[in-house]
Amino acid sequence: MDFRQNLPVAGFILAAVAFVALVALGVDIAIAGSVLILWSGSLLLAAARPPEAPAVVVEKPFSRDSMRRLIENSSTALLVTEKNTVAVANRAARRMLGQHIIGQDARVTFRQPEATSLLTQGRSGQAIVRGLVRRQDIWTINRQKVTDELAVIELINQTAEADISRAHTDFVANASHELRTPLAAILGYVETLRESADSLDSPTSQKFLGTIEREGQRLQSLISDLMSLSRVEAEKHDLPEKVLMLRPLTERAAKDAAGPQRSERVQLELNSDFNVQGDEQQLEQLVRNLVDNALKYGSPDKPVVVRLDLAQDGMARICVIDEGEGIAPEQLPHLTRRFYRTDPGRSRASGGTGLGLAIVKHIVERHRGRLNIDSDLGKGTRVVVRLPLAKDLQSGAEDTPAGPSESDPNTTYQQETGAVS
Amino acid sequence: MADHTVKAFDEDITRLRGLIAEMGGLAEVAIHEALEALVRGDVELAEGVVARDKKIDALETEVDKLSVRIIALRAPMADDLREVIAALKIAGVVERIGDYSKNIAKRVGMIEGRDRFEPLTLLPAMGEVASEMVHDVLTAYAARDPGLAREVISTDAKVDAFYNSIFRNLVSHMVENPATISSAAQLLFVARNLERIGDHATNVAEMVHFAATGFYPPEEDR
Repeated sequence: MDFRQNLPVAGFILAAVAFVALVALGVDIAIAGSVLILWSGSLLLAAARPPEAPAVVVEKPFSRDSMRRLIENSSTALLVTEKNTVAVANRAARRMLGQHIIGQDARVTFRQPEATSLLTQGRSGQAIVRGLVRRQDIWTINRQKVTDELAVIELINQTAEADISRAHTDFVANASHELRTPLAAILGYVETLRESADSLDSPTSQKFLGTIEREGQRLQSLISDLMSLSRVEAEKHDLPEKVLMLRPLTERAAKDAAGPQRSERVQLELNSDFNVQGDEQQLEQLVRNLVDNALKYGSPDKPVVVRLDLAQDGMARICVIDEGEGIAPEQLPHLTRRFYRTDPGRSRASGGTGLGLAIVKHIVERHRGRLNIDSDLGKGTRVVVRLPLAKDLQSGAEDTPAGPSESDPNTTYQQETGAVS
Repeated sequence: MADHTVKAFDEDITRLRGLIAEMGGLAEVAIHEALEALVRGDVELAEGVVARDKKIDALETEVDKLSVRIIALRAPMADDLREVIAALKIAGVVERIGDYSKNIAKRVGMIEGRDRFEPLTLLPAMGEVASEMVHDVLTAYAARDPGLAREVISTDAKVDAFYNSIFRNLVSHMVENPATISSAAQLLFVARNLERIGDHATNVAEMVHFAATGFYPPEEDR
């Protein structure tokens, strides 16, 4: 054993000094010598003891408790399995799959064959399962083997992503269909005009030109609607800053929508005025779209009432009420979807783009307002937009939920919206 | 369920429940894929369903063996015994559900002129309700949740209503289009199989209720 490093040099020196001192004091040299030998011998014996081993930092095995604490608050659903029995499940996992999963076979939690084969193979890997919690939802199960017995399972919800990409595809498909239809008509008529320019009489070619003009205008309004929709959507998280007077704006927009021909049908009941924080152009477009819809789909001889007043909850309320055939209850939940039409033929014939209410919904959401549509078949439709007053918004802006979404609770319907879809 | 002094018994019960869940998962997918194959006319998918039914049968045998072994070796009592007996019976019923799905899959190739065959559109909705019942009853089994089990039992009325309306619809379709009678008759059997799947899910729900509480659900739920 090597203990040279801890030879007590100072002790030896002290012993030697004591020896010299004893000799100098006249003690017998033999006694002094034996004291020296005893002293240094005992020092040597003490030194011969092996040096104390440096304290080794022993890593404690990762206990189940510490693991549980570590993953408990993760928003991702996480499970730890031991011999394919669920040993630990964090809060997200318990909320999703139920309290009962702990201590049970992992196959009880994931019944899907893809998942069970992943579990029984006992290796790391991924599986995609459908309908784990609700029908049609899509989850990725990610299993990471830790030891032969332990494994960590991570659950990732892919449903929203799939929904978004589907919505995106739907939108592109719809938009391109809507854009192509007028173009096809325009191109067709232009071709006819060019090829048979000599044989066509003037009224017929005038009729064709009229169609081309109408389809061109439709294309134009479709594109401008698409653009304003994407503009509102791009800004949907920013509350507009400008404070506006609602009454002059509503009046102007309603008259604008009616135009000179239909202005008699619009009945304005603007008795009070409110300050709201808003984007002038967008709010004008909102009123314009609603009044235009009401005039278009209400009975042609019945008035359309535009009313501005204070709602019970202290918000400014704009009501647009028409008397007409109304909308069937099962269609109400879909009205604000893009390109949704209750009656495609009639809507196209009257120059609708199918985007009007979608734009309205997005504008209302951007202004942190609420949209409410209710309708009685055969009687008429009543669209209510409520907007928060400017001073309320200043104080309450912080606690408003940030992002309006496609399924925003702010958009409500009087009728039962739980329609089968 | 409280832990037992004999750890091995807990392990056996856990394994038993795992096997039932695995069977159930396979049966759920079988219903789903059989109907998808039927609607799309995908014979290959249907063959896959038929082939995978063997797996369900094998699992049922395994459940039988394990249950008998548990009863013989551990002589379980009270809720433990109910658990094992319920597993034994549920395995048999889930195996039947798998058979019905296989039966649906086998009929896929026998339907002609599916492009113009309007009654085909009626069945997926019914199949969805039936497979939802199976899904829920297996969740109820996993959670030992008698409330959910009772809910499943009350859903069976919906499947029966679907069956009646599909039956009437198919019969009137056959009267109007005698040429399609053989295909329509196949669909009648498919509807019948789905109705049976609903009934079997109800049976499982009753057993889940029994295993969890010790008595069968009251008559008004059934």
